[in-house]
Amino acid sequence: MSSTHSRRRFVQLGLAAGGGALCARYAFAAPAASDARFVFIILRGALDGLSAVPPYADPDYARLREELAIAAPGSANGALALDGRFGLNPALSFVHEAYAAREALVFHAVASPYRERSHFDGQDVLESGLPAPHATQIGWLNRAVAGLPAGAVHGAELGVALGQNVPLVLRGPAPIASWSPSKLPDIDEDTLQRIADRYASDPVLAQRLAEALATDRMAESTPMDAAAAPAPMAMSATTMATAGAPPPGAARYIETVQTAARFLRREDGPAVAVFDTTGWDTHFNEGGAQGQLTQRLGALDAALRAFKESLGATWSRTTVLIATEFGRTAAANGTRGTDHGTGAAAWLLGGAVQGGRVIADWPGLSARALYEGRDLKPTLDLRSVIKTVLRDHLKISPRTLDADVFPGNGQPYLSDLIRA
Amino acid sequence: MSVEVQAAIAANRFGLGARPGDLDVIAADPRGWLRAQLKAAPLLSAEGLQSTEQILRGAEPIQRQQREARRARADSNDAAAVTALAMRLPQYLRPIYLDDSRARLRAALESERPFAERLVHFWSNHFAVSVDKLAVLGIAGSFEREAIRPHVMGHFHDLLLAVETHPAMLLYLDNQQSVGPDSLVGQRAADRGRNVGLNENLAREILELHTLGVDGGYTQADVTGFAKVLTGWSIGGGQGRLARGEVGTFVFRPEVHEPGAQTILRRRYAEADQAQGLAVLADLAGAAPTARHIATKLARHFIADDPSAADVQRIAHVFERTGGDLPAVYAALIDSPQAWDGSSPKFKTPQDYVLSLSRGLAVAPESEMRGIAAFDLLGQRPFAPGSPAGWPDRSSDWDGASALMKRIELSDSVAQKLGDRRNAMQLAPQLLGGTLTAATRESVARAASPAQALALLFTAPEFLRR
Repeated sequence: MSSTHSRRRFVQLGLAAGGGALCARYAFAAPAASDARFVFIILRGALDGLSAVPPYADPDYARLREELAIAAPGSANGALALDGRFGLNPALSFVHEAYAAREALVFHAVASPYRERSHFDGQDVLESGLPAPHATQIGWLNRAVAGLPAGAVHGAELGVALGQNVPLVLRGPAPIASWSPSKLPDIDEDTLQRIADRYASDPVLAQRLAEALATDRMAESTPMDAAAAPAPMAMSATTMATAGAPPPGAARYIETVQTAARFLRREDGPAVAVFDTTGWDTHFNEGGAQGQLTQRLGALDAALRAFKESLGATWSRTTVLIATEFGRTAAANGTRGTDHGTGAAAWLLGGAVQGGRVIADWPGLSARALYEGRDLKPTLDLRSVIKTVLRDHLKISPRTLDADVFPGNGQPYLSDLIRA
Repeated sequence: MSVEVQAAIAANRFGLGARPGDLDVIAADPRGWLRAQLKAAPLLSAEGLQSTEQILRGAEPIQRQQREARRARADSNDAAAVTALAMRLPQYLRPIYLDDSRARLRAALESERPFAERLVHFWSNHFAVSVDKLAVLGIAGSFEREAIRPHVMGHFHDLLLAVETHPAMLLYLDNQQSVGPDSLVGQRAADRGRNVGLNENLAREILELHTLGVDGGYTQADVTGFAKVLTGWSIGGGQGRLARGEVGTFVFRPEVHEPGAQTILRRRYAEADQAQGLAVLADLAGAAPTARHIATKLARHFIADDPSAADVQRIAHVFERTGGDLPAVYAALIDSPQAWDGSSPKFKTPQDYVLSLSRGLAVAPESEMRGIAAFDLLGQRPFAPGSPAGWPDRSSDWDGASALMKRIELSDSVAQKLGDRRNAMQLAPQLLGGTLTAATRESVARAASPAQALALLFTAPEFLRR
């Protein structure tokens, strides 16, 4: 973020943006217990949970997966050991370290309530939090942050989308910022002021401009803590030493999560962030322990490692949820890939997570156990994971969660996901 | 509603943005100006551009070398050589991609039939392929030229057929590798203990995205059955016993086609070979859910983010009554009163925004490269939607805070370059006509410099929307 952005500080927002409220928005609140941060990483395209979290001990796994199967820990290119039943894809070395440090929970055979196989409807349900697709234009995380407790420490923008536009999960009435790297030159303050004046009679544009200015101010004025925040695009010595060269595709992810970390570290930063990733739709040539999917997982893992480093002390009060719209077929298809399925894998990571366990009521991969004879059967509703995190980490009341965030969802809360 | 407002809506909502002088011509008969564009296919002069066949033929020697290198790799550890070879394919394909992107941009900037050109973009997005996949990098442009453009003013069925038999779609959705388990090749592989078989990607996306729509009433069994029907729909080339057809063109491969009848959406298809798939596609093209799905998408693009049920029904009815005669369907779109009453503005996509800005400024062809870079900066790289669903088409998909700031920065940067050569006060009524508001006119008039005036015009609310 170039220094000229500071000129944007002085632009006065028009009436439609809420007048002078912007100044008050950044008044510091006294630090309280509930300065928790929550990040949702969406894996669009349906991640293959059986390759990401291989159930190598399942007697049917190797048969169904053939050349896609990840071998048991200890074998060449084998899985990273978790609990004797499940392992992690060998590319997920940071997640594995976090698991060992009891900062990662692994979920398997998990799914949203969606039971068809369209990416786009599946993502809609994952993000809306309602059982049927296209039921609302307001995402569950927007409804959730509207219910943050009064003492929560965060800025006026309750959430930030790490992209030019806001994905459905964050859309809605609660104020949300969006951020993406810009290569364009800055605009002078006077022109921007005139644009702001022109938008005063246009509520949507006024709101968006206010959000953009607030985010820029935040990005530009965040104190750089040398220990905690490596410069964008640069990897610290520890990262390089542990992970070697970053896998292809990682650089863009790393730049994004480093900026996210700068926002989240601030007391007046957003309480939640959403980071979108694509490219998980592996119908063809998915590959096993050294294939395309493993490479993508490696980029994600490198980004998570960089994220933890950039967050510094804030990591201890952060929870990261990583989830996808649904899983993939239990068996490899005829073209060395997998087709759309049902049950999937998900993760919770972060210093606030009571980690070190795999949570899976494993249904097995035998022909009889498969959902509709082809997919891993879901035995855990992802909403149970999410609402437990929202309750125990962001301290959102069960009343709000049950009435507004996931209305009509009778699935139980889980216990012991978040450190007391 | 005044004819000045109608002219601006015809040029900006239905077209790709007014150029200076356009609105005077259109105002004579805005609806007639649109209808007159529906008579002939909006072809793109192929001068300097290659056909899919030529492009894929050119890729062949590189791919052959890569195959040989892979085979040899077992006893070679020269990673650098392997990497260098892997880079040769993108190095060959990328200039072709850029040539096609430039040609497409030039067509959009210079078109006298911008409504027809917008319809090309609409269908190209409906039948999305993405250069995010290397196999499509060189041929997304030729796909649009060969499969979309010739049929945009024809029948939906012909368009569908051209798309689903084009190498770009077969490669993008992995069908060229799909093998019927009981086909000759499937059986031979099974005998050797190898798993080759179905890939249901194309079958599913045809049903969900291209024809019936996700609520079109099909089941997983229909997807699997249709995937079997489509086995053998492939691309020419191959080695040994699999050699068949011409490289870079559609070929039907009977030896991988699943034999026997399939039941799809309660109808039994007993046709042999490729005729089976042709019969299914013909039925899908004429199915009522397809008419509703296409009508909904067209109405969302041209009328409102959430079009009225009445409009969707009316347009779907024309689609069904005419057997998918696309110009008749477009005429029904033009007839929607809501499209003209200003009650449901569409927030421009980045592509809309860059094209309308460039047309408004009448920028010279030498800035085409900058134009392509601008699409990228604003988040809509040519031929690169993130998924087979194509780019999304609702305002909320594009009006994020960061997205708005990038448009502001882009218009300011363009204004800095052109401010002394364009007069924003003159341009404002020429580009926005009857939709120009007093607030914007005043804001432009009071600007401190010609460049600032231009920036204020191109960031005005009525210029950000169409």
